[in-house]
Amino acid sequence: MTAYGRRALVVLWKDLLTERRSKESLNALFFFSLLLLFLFQFALGPDRERLQSALPGLLWLGFVLAGLLGLGRSFIAERDNDCWEGLLLTPGDKSAIYLGKLLANFILMTVVEVVLVFLFGVFYNVDLWSALGPLTVVLFLGTVGLSAVGTLFAAMTAQVRARELLFPVLLLPVQVPLLLATVSATQIVLGGQPLADAAAWLKLLVGADIVYLVIGLLTFEFILDA
Amino acid sequence: MRTSTRALGWLAALALVIGLGAAFGYAPREAVQGNVQRIMYLHVPSILTAYLAFALVLLGSIGYLATRRAGWDRLAASAGELGVLFTGITIVTGSIWGKPTWGTWWTWDARLTSTAVLFLVYTGYLLLRGMVDEPERRGRYAAVVGIVGAANIPIVHFSVKWWRALHQPSTILGPEPSPIAAPIAAALLVNWVALTLLFVYFLARRIEIARLEDGARDA
Amino acid sequence: MMITAVGLGKSYGKTPVLDGVSLDVPAGSCLVLLGPNGAGKTTLLRIFATLVRPTAGALTVAGVDALRDPERVRAAIGMVAHGSYVYEDLTALENLRFWATMGGQDASEGRLRAALAQVELEAVADERARTFSSGMKRRIGLARVALGRPRLLLLDEPFTGLDRQGRKWLSEFLLAFKSGGGAVVLATHSFEGALGVADRIAILTGGRLALDQPAAELSREGLRRIYDDLTDSNGRTP
Repeated sequence: MTAYGRRALVVLWKDLLTERRSKESLNALFFFSLLLLFLFQFALGPDRERLQSALPGLLWLGFVLAGLLGLGRSFIAERDNDCWEGLLLTPGDKSAIYLGKLLANFILMTVVEVVLVFLFGVFYNVDLWSALGPLTVVLFLGTVGLSAVGTLFAAMTAQVRARELLFPVLLLPVQVPLLLATVSATQIVLGGQPLADAAAWLKLLVGADIVYLVIGLLTFEFILDA
Repeated sequence: MRTSTRALGWLAALALVIGLGAAFGYAPREAVQGNVQRIMYLHVPSILTAYLAFALVLLGSIGYLATRRAGWDRLAASAGELGVLFTGITIVTGSIWGKPTWGTWWTWDARLTSTAVLFLVYTGYLLLRGMVDEPERRGRYAAVVGIVGAANIPIVHFSVKWWRALHQPSTILGPEPSPIAAPIAAALLVNWVALTLLFVYFLARRIEIARLEDGARDA
Repeated sequence: MMITAVGLGKSYGKTPVLDGVSLDVPAGSCLVLLGPNGAGKTTLLRIFATLVRPTAGALTVAGVDALRDPERVRAAIGMVAHGSYVYEDLTALENLRFWATMGGQDASEGRLRAALAQVELEAVADERARTFSSGMKRRIGLARVALGRPRLLLLDEPFTGLDRQGRKWLSEFLLAFKSGGGAVVLATHSFEGALGVADRIAILTGGRLALDQPAAELSREGLRRIYDDLTDSNGRTP
């Protein structure tokens, strides 16, 4: 295990430990997911078919909204505890910090998504289970992209005025292409078609994920710098 | 204003006049759409100019992160502003074109949607710049967003294209052979050159102003 | 020479915070920066820590050009400042484990507990830092930097929140650090603490260096008189 790997892992360990202790984010996001369920139902009305046809979009809308809340808080511990400088003063490649945070965010987002998928399946009475395998692939790829850019922008907005406003304003436009891809792929997959039919979208997601990850790893140190 | 910039301004003005002449006089009236189609001579060069602007934002962003010299940041900021302006012009002219042609002010077709997303990304860029006071940090943060924004452009392009196909197939930047008639192509080219000259003129003046502002602040 | 500063200046836009500061800090010595609030002590300290880039001047720390290669400087320094880098949701031990691993050091439990024992916090090693006083958090910071074995210690108001015993402990800690070849730069407005550990005393007022003398040449009264002369009786610059 290299020093880089150790540093990334200790950041992951710290964030998971903090979250498990305070449970702030997880509880709020769980409750938020429940709220969304009701919001969507009320916004779309009782027509079951309408809801079912909108399902892929609603699912990802839910993830993105939860992401806005959850990811925006990524660096709140650093800000509140004044640890930002401490991180800056640590030797070595700062992208290890980004990687650790990214992994922590990815895990957090995945937990929220599992909850949302479960809630959707139960409350909207839709069959998400038979397509669970392919759905997982789409979820994974979409979450990587969301977490990669979200972690990067969260670091930036942590130190800026009006951060609650700026974070979604920056993140959402960049998420649009990913959203188009994931919703389309989810639609294909939930329609019972094989994963291969969504190949073009998946390739786009993989490409976008790689691009955003690389940019995040390369530019994080500039956000952290004094 | 420097003499070179002033000369550039005059040149741009001249080119615009020629362009207008080409658009209204030289180019033929389009059979199906009528005269409203002439707005294309502003619409298409506008988005091309916006792409140029955003390429310069990328250049300035990378340059600033690499050298930390304020000149690069001024380039990125000025190009960003102009990029948003020209993207706005593209959207508005596209909308004006669309109303009589397709019957609606807005459609979620591939090109308009991509352009709208572009507009949102770089408006976010400008908002970020407005919210960070310290120049050095502002430059760094803006540079990161500038890089992400630029990387986003091809991703948006492909995702939206596959998502929808109402708009006329891309006759200039697409891989298919261009079916445009020669006089239309010529008028388009002239207007593109004119608009690019105008852009460069605006950019030069904007950077000058930025340099003066920085100088006044630090004096 | 651990620090060589020549003509350091820092301005935010038109507002100058530091101007023309030049000083040297040899290895094995302690420089104390005195001065009223707003005089620029913290800014100077942060420039030494490469947390702030000066707008003028040159700086060499531990033999490295701090402006060109701040990363290498950071590997050699330890800083304990106002925000002592303590995560409130983690215990004292976990905090040390985090920072030691981030610093690339051996983070084995035995070593961490020993560091906590050194700052007399072993009793609360497994309690969450949320309950700690600011003095205790500062001590965690000192344990953290001690683990890193830095060559230069930068301390901002380290005596705050320490009782008499704590000050005594800190003085001994710094003396041991100096005799090990390390250098210390300490910013404070506490005279007793300063005179106890200083080899050199510098007074900053209005961003400028008003005094830079060996501590041996100054008595407490003499220092107090000079300090009051340089700043008016309210502690502000004239």
